[in-house]
Amino acid sequence: MSESGGNERVVVDPITRIEGHLRIEAQMDGDKIEKAYSSGTMVRGIETILKGRDPRDAWAFAQRICGVCTLVHGLASIRSVENALDYKIPKNADLIRNLMSGAQYIHDHVMHFYHLHALDWVDVVSALSADPKATSELAQSLSNYPKSSPGYFSDMQKKLKGFVEAGQLGIFAKAYWGHPAYKLPPEANLMAVAHYLEALSWQRDVARLHTIFGGKNPHPNFVVGGVPCAIDLNSDSAINMKKLSQVQDIINQMMTFVDQVYVPDTLAIAGFYKDWGARGEGLGNFLTYGDFPSNGMEDVTGYMIPPGAILNRDLSTIHPVDMNDPNEIQEFVSHSWYDYEGGKDTGLHPYDGETTFNYTGPKPPYAHLDVDQSYSWLKSPRWKGNSMEVGPLARVLMLYASGHEQTKDLVGMTLNKLDVPVEALFSTLGRTAARTLETKIFADAMQGWYNDLVVNIKAGDTRTFNEILWEPSSWPKQAQGVGYMEAPRGGLAHWIVIEDEMIKNYQAVVPSTWNAGPRDSNGVPGAYEAALEDNHTLHDPKQPVEILRTIHSFDPCIACAVHLTDPDGEEIIKVKVK
Amino acid sequence: MTDRINNKDKSPADLVQLEKSRLDKTLGETLRSQGISRRSFLKFCAATASMMAMSPAMIPKIAHALENARRPSVIWLSFQECTGCTESLTRAHASTVESLIFDSISLDYHHTLQAAAGHAAEEAREIAMEENYGKYLLVVDGSIPMDNPGYSTIAGISNYDMLMDTAKGAAAIIAVGTCATYGGIPHADPNPTGAVSVGDLIKDKPIINVPGCPPIPVVITGVLTHFLTFGSIPELDHIGRPKVFYGQSIHDRCYRRPFYDKGLFAETFDDEGAKKGWCLYKLGCKGPTTYNACATAKWNDGTSFPIEAGHPCIGCSEPDFWDGGGFYKALSMPTANITETAIYTAAGAAAAGVALGAMNRSKKNSAAAAHSDTTIDDLEK
Repeated sequence: MSESGGNERVVVDPITRIEGHLRIEAQMDGDKIEKAYSSGTMVRGIETILKGRDPRDAWAFAQRICGVCTLVHGLASIRSVENALDYKIPKNADLIRNLMSGAQYIHDHVMHFYHLHALDWVDVVSALSADPKATSELAQSLSNYPKSSPGYFSDMQKKLKGFVEAGQLGIFAKAYWGHPAYKLPPEANLMAVAHYLEALSWQRDVARLHTIFGGKNPHPNFVVGGVPCAIDLNSDSAINMKKLSQVQDIINQMMTFVDQVYVPDTLAIAGFYKDWGARGEGLGNFLTYGDFPSNGMEDVTGYMIPPGAILNRDLSTIHPVDMNDPNEIQEFVSHSWYDYEGGKDTGLHPYDGETTFNYTGPKPPYAHLDVDQSYSWLKSPRWKGNSMEVGPLARVLMLYASGHEQTKDLVGMTLNKLDVPVEALFSTLGRTAARTLETKIFADAMQGWYNDLVVNIKAGDTRTFNEILWEPSSWPKQAQGVGYMEAPRGGLAHWIVIEDEMIKNYQAVVPSTWNAGPRDSNGVPGAYEAALEDNHTLHDPKQPVEILRTIHSFDPCIACAVHLTDPDGEEIIKVKVK
Repeated sequence: MTDRINNKDKSPADLVQLEKSRLDKTLGETLRSQGISRRSFLKFCAATASMMAMSPAMIPKIAHALENARRPSVIWLSFQECTGCTESLTRAHASTVESLIFDSISLDYHHTLQAAAGHAAEEAREIAMEENYGKYLLVVDGSIPMDNPGYSTIAGISNYDMLMDTAKGAAAIIAVGTCATYGGIPHADPNPTGAVSVGDLIKDKPIINVPGCPPIPVVITGVLTHFLTFGSIPELDHIGRPKVFYGQSIHDRCYRRPFYDKGLFAETFDDEGAKKGWCLYKLGCKGPTTYNACATAKWNDGTSFPIEAGHPCIGCSEPDFWDGGGFYKALSMPTANITETAIYTAAGAAAAGVALGAMNRSKKNSAAAAHSDTTIDDLEK
């Protein structure tokens, strides 16, 4: 791997504990990361597959872009069709969609924290030397979560000991246990490991909200024009009081776990890693598309999350974003394994997006990518030419900048409790904390949407579907639209072109493309790359836990990020490499 | 043994050594280190022998077998996939993923769950393969792109090379999800990357196909625990699926079936029929040609399943269901011949495969055109 003594290229592939296939190459200057390169290494071509299909079917295909953020592409897809056709949906459908999407946030963020991110900060092996009684005292000082007795932690530790002593570490094998970057005392490690297991059990139960409204999880069902589940309080086979009670019970479980476990754990763990509040920012530019309507998608002022762009950390100015303006959102392929007809340095708006596979990378098996050329299956999206970060930090900053009271209180409480300056928000730590804080905001909002649903049903409105434009024969010959939303990992939008009742073109620009994309033609890095280039040193290049921390703070979702279109009937070029 | 638990001050290199030194430890030793006596262990073995109607002479043999059992190594490879199958694994209420990974298997390689990354992750895979050669279970989700090795790589290695290399020493392979079993969505027309299934490439190993997009959570863990408990592969149908979960059509097990028989159908998503739970056939339900346990095992701890929640079955556990002619088109044959349709609809798994195959042979556009709106009126005659 080493090119020379102090000028090593550190490669991390696979980046594990993420969705999808991601590779990071870091060019070192001594022990400091000088340049970082982010590469998505898998492509499927779902948007090409979508061409020629029934637009009402598109959600199911698009949903399989990702099984982790398992409903968001389905929702963005049906919104794109509804936007193209100016298809209004009943209020109950919007509320049920908000509940399902909100549930996705809470489920996804908690799982990310405990099952994907925690092991960057929590040393499982250290938990073996914890004192269960002291662990109990620690847990009880943080929260009133009932599973906190010395006996509980003692049992948990015994289970862990039995596991480790059996000599088969399974998913915990070969990790960086004992690395000096792990700072938690054994008791905090034991508490976190216990909550890792509790969260696994909790997530199974709360995922059932999707099952009630969408029939299954992962990949719950949607329908263009509303939601598939009918409401009838007098039917045993529709959304009735039994199912509503289950939903209420799940919302309670969500609020309890977020308040009693997730928020206190985040704050407690963050307290040992304050130095991570001073690295990993990167771009300083943030983008949201806006979502969670209270009065239909047409009324932007009714969104819980407002749309907008923040540039250079300047929270005093929120720039408006136009999803349809050909000069605002554009995708570049200067360093991606695709060709554009107008040349590799052109930028194209998604409606005009084109993609032709052109794999010019090294022939597998390979040791290094040629980062001066194309090096990723991800494109590089830009907003008015700017590289932008999307996701929880962008949303929390947008809510903060637009004066959202609960957000201001939560951010203030967090900064105060950790005793860190407001600049600490712009960091690896800030990104991870923002995810926790917005989960709290969503958990509380769930109750509001549920209450609104009950009020609406009580008022006699049980409509869940608008059949007026269901038949494709009722559609105009040509239509195009954009379906956008805030997915857990950030702003997500699908652009669709419909012609003769079929999909003519389909393009998704997704959160992890914004964050994980490669450099553009001006050499400006994507958010992952910029964040890794912000003040990172590696204690041991063979155990690059520092890289994992910052990359995981974005919650990568790479299957989402890789996509393509096949414009205007142009043939896809397949390059065979022997 | 107690020195093994104080790892706090040990360097990672020491821990690696420690890990290796522990590899010989058996279930029997483990149980005793957890305070379970030899006596209660033998009582458990006696109960097991009695339950399985074995002679008392078998007790020591069972004890011996159990005591020397290490948790079987499982290597899970993810190729062209969306991680929906892994997400589904974590949703299983019984067996749960944590009981599996702590008590039943040693999950030695799994991108989404494993702590190690990069070189260390690949090393974990190589060690597991070497130490358990011929014995480990290989689980695969995702399809394999054949048009260009650069379409999907892990650690710089093409999916094809990694699959073939890892399959060599596997005792058996479980292909999880419709992508690994039949090509799935990457394989959907026009299959831009030349995606193929595991079974298309591996011919010399037992393969269990566990399709579904994703498979039902408890079906994934159920197949795994069957293999671990009985040491054998469950009986499979003609396309490699365990009959226990894929032996019946959803239609035949559907609680809305009586309405189909009475000719009562939902015409739209919130009409009277939809509210009263009538049959979703006219809305495109693929239950009659889909063989899966959704209507019996249901989803997420028996909470519901797609039809119960008002959406027609899209047929996600059948080969090439993506190219079946439209999710909201009522199931019918391109010929619109009532006799044939009735036969295809009612017959068993083999015929269903033929029916889907017939549908899939017609291209997307022509399939849409060839499908009559519905043949349900004909069926009612």
